Amino acid sequence: MKHQQQGLSRRSFIAGVAGSSLMMSMGSLVSGCSSEQASEALTSGDLSKVFAPNIWFEINGAGEVLINIIRAEMGQHVGTSLAQIVADELGADWSKVSFKHVDTDPKWGVMVTGGSWSVHTSFTQLSQAGAAGRTVIIDTASKLMGVPAEECSAENGVVSAGDKSLTFAEIVSNGDFSRSISEEELVAMPVKSAGERKVIGRDVRNLDVAPKSEGSAVYGLDAELPDMAYAMPLLPPTRYGSTVKAIDESAAKTIPGYIGAIPINDPSQIVQGCVVVTAETLPAAMKAAKAVKVDWSAGPTANVDEAAIIAEGMRIASDPEGGTLYVNEGDIAAAKSGAASSMAATYTTATALHFTMEPQNALVEFDAEGRCHIHAGNQWQSLILPYLVQALEMPENDIIIHQYYLGGGFGRRLFGDQMIPAALAARELGRPVKLMFDRATDSRFDCVRSPSVCAFEATFDADGALTGVDHGVAAGWPTKGMAPGFLGTGIDGKGKFDGFSISGADHWYSLPSHRVRAMNNELAQSTFLPGWLRAVGPGWISWGVESFLDEIADQMGQDPVAMRMGLLDGTGKNAGGEGSTVGGAKRLAAVLKDVSERAGWGREMPANEGLGVAVGHGQERGMPTWIACVAHVAVDPSSGDVTLKKLWQTIDVGTVVNPDGAMAQAEGAALWGVSLALHEGAQFANGEVLEQNLDRYTPLRMSDVPELDIAFVDSDEFPSGLGEPPLIPVAPAIGNAIFAATGQRVRELPIKLV
Amino acid sequence: MVNFMLNGEVVGAESDADTPLLWVLREELKLRGTKFGCGIAQCGACTVHIDGSPMRSCVTPVSAVEGRSVTTIEGLATPVGEALKTAWTEAQVPQCGYCQSGQIMQAAGLLESNPNPSDDEIVNAMNGNLCRCMAYPRIKKAIKTAANGGAMS
Repeated sequence: MKHQQQGLSRRSFIAGVAGSSLMMSMGSLVSGCSSEQASEALTSGDLSKVFAPNIWFEINGAGEVLINIIRAEMGQHVGTSLAQIVADELGADWSKVSFKHVDTDPKWGVMVTGGSWSVHTSFTQLSQAGAAGRTVIIDTASKLMGVPAEECSAENGVVSAGDKSLTFAEIVSNGDFSRSISEEELVAMPVKSAGERKVIGRDVRNLDVAPKSEGSAVYGLDAELPDMAYAMPLLPPTRYGSTVKAIDESAAKTIPGYIGAIPINDPSQIVQGCVVVTAETLPAAMKAAKAVKVDWSAGPTANVDEAAIIAEGMRIASDPEGGTLYVNEGDIAAAKSGAASSMAATYTTATALHFTMEPQNALVEFDAEGRCHIHAGNQWQSLILPYLVQALEMPENDIIIHQYYLGGGFGRRLFGDQMIPAALAARELGRPVKLMFDRATDSRFDCVRSPSVCAFEATFDADGALTGVDHGVAAGWPTKGMAPGFLGTGIDGKGKFDGFSISGADHWYSLPSHRVRAMNNELAQSTFLPGWLRAVGPGWISWGVESFLDEIADQMGQDPVAMRMGLLDGTGKNAGGEGSTVGGAKRLAAVLKDVSERAGWGREMPANEGLGVAVGHGQERGMPTWIACVAHVAVDPSSGDVTLKKLWQTIDVGTVVNPDGAMAQAEGAALWGVSLALHEGAQFANGEVLEQNLDRYTPLRMSDVPELDIAFVDSDEFPSGLGEPPLIPVAPAIGNAIFAATGQRVRELPIKLV
Repeated sequence: MVNFMLNGEVVGAESDADTPLLWVLREELKLRGTKFGCGIAQCGACTVHIDGSPMRSCVTPVSAVEGRSVTTIEGLATPVGEALKTAWTEAQVPQCGYCQSGQIMQAAGLLESNPNPSDDEIVNAMNGNLCRCMAYPRIKKAIKTAANGGAMS
């Protein structure tokens, strides 16, 4: 392990680190030291000295800590949270911490920001990296001070032993870093106990907030290079199988600055039938995009509509023997054959758009050495790079994705497919090309949340006790379309499933018999590219699971909270294990108890008002975030209008690294849940999404915001994830509240009462 | 050539007269704090002040600001503007941040005309500004803080 990196010239250090202006203009250093800090750095330490104990951070001679962040910043303040983890173990002075969102490089390993994974998957690694740094800093300081290392401690950027102390600046400037940490030592590096933490769990200012509050934050769309041409895509009538028959540029050629229309031939087949219109300025490109006429022969899905996709989902989900076996507890066949009674219900969700406010864009330049530089905010660089290798027919090491702030991710930017036409156009023109989607084109090109169908059957014995639940889930599968290597195999060894599109069906309730089958809706799959949208599978599956559970409670004459408490017994596979699963279903029962008490569950409600409850357990069973939610709705009996008056959530995410950032994520995700339940729905018509802009697609606005009462459980358990999970229980809580208010059961998202 | 005041200085724009002000600001004049969202005046990310009033620059042809005064987030230096920016940081409002320039410009327009808005007045003034991260509770809180002279309510 590299433990020392000194002798960098002052010039390169300033250009690369302290002098943020150059990198700011390139958008790479999207957060970091203020100009005051930078000028202070230039005067208060030996800046020829840099201590870089590993790839994750370095400390300069001014005692400033620069942390490399490989995760994308799209609103979750991830850089701040991850920096807190490093800084805590390192014993750094938080006011001297900054970070950089790095460009792609093989040394970073897998670059992905999704699944609410960032804190969970980085926690141990970054803690140990920080602890390793502290070990070496202390070792160096102990020699400088002439005291044994065991007597030294590091805190707030100072190493002290008795009445002696040295700042990190003094240690880095004067120390001889001879202590090295082996890989074996690193992975065995002990980290602090919860009680010793100083920065984790502290409310800090998120370091990305100031530039975002003064208009200086640099997003992909803000990137610029000398001599760049502008490009806008013209999309074919179907995502797959369309071909260009003819391009008529005659009207466009009268537009000053028009360059030409480039039909995109993508060897990776990700972007099919696209034509890119290019011009010297963006306004000219926008005019030309309207003037160029393309004649396409449409692919086979040109007539597919939303109803047909849902109907296909219904057909396959209701086949009791169809699909890939995902859960098979107890004996569902015996439960069915021995049932005294049964009930069935089908739940659906409509197409939903990511609608990131920053439309898709990419600026691409091939440098003099032939390397391809892509400037664009992206969530999963390691996924798109191999496709770029195919599309550009060049080695992966010659393709560099430069990271920027993301003007919304929500899963859309897990796929960087917009980079492909931009790069091919840049190669064609032999100059940098900045490709931008306008809003309607962005919506048409979206990898939408697939329409979904959940078909349930519950069985009861002669005493009316629940004996089993059979559950089929049908949807388009993002993983099949974009990352097929990650598809799982059924528990009986047969068939494939998309784990992201079935998670949530493997819930934490103990049922006598429980079977889940995953079906791929091939009509959906062939019509559009299904996407990972915030919360992914649990976002639609828990809508069905938690609503149907309410139907079962009603059928059995049980209170919905009491019934859930009974099923969350924490036995067998629901006892939990290590890491985030410690405590298992009992932790879910605990948040359910807490939220029901805080919401006053069971109280008398006015006419046409009701409370509904639901739980969520995060993105996957191995990384549960325990959440219970109560919704209070009022329904206008004449119009059917639903007013969501209040939402309560109790969240157990384990250790909370960044409390205010966590609350912001919970607020935003919960309101996303409201929006998907009551405000957002799209539909396919003639093979593409009909709602392409805000005149027809209507996400939640400020006037729709309910009162929010969100509480976190004080916990020292291993941190789980938070960007998505608070979304999950909202829709079913609202649906169940509507049932409590009106007796009407809603089974379609978005909810429309008629 | 369209001449107008931009953040207190006279500028001349050479873009075609029908070019949306948004693209003149971003592409010709290189002020990229103002953002493109929907292009149909429905999201508010492109909000700037024209003669002190919040307007959607994505549907405003540059010819419409001839001789007028345009203020963008970069030039918002009024006491109200400073109070809002401080309140935005204080309340840790932005998530992805992309809409926030427009939110702040819209909020500044509100507070200039109504220094002490009620909750309903805030909602009415801000409802045309989409925040896809749905940071609405904090946007509202920060506006109230700024209206309160900076005291967190």
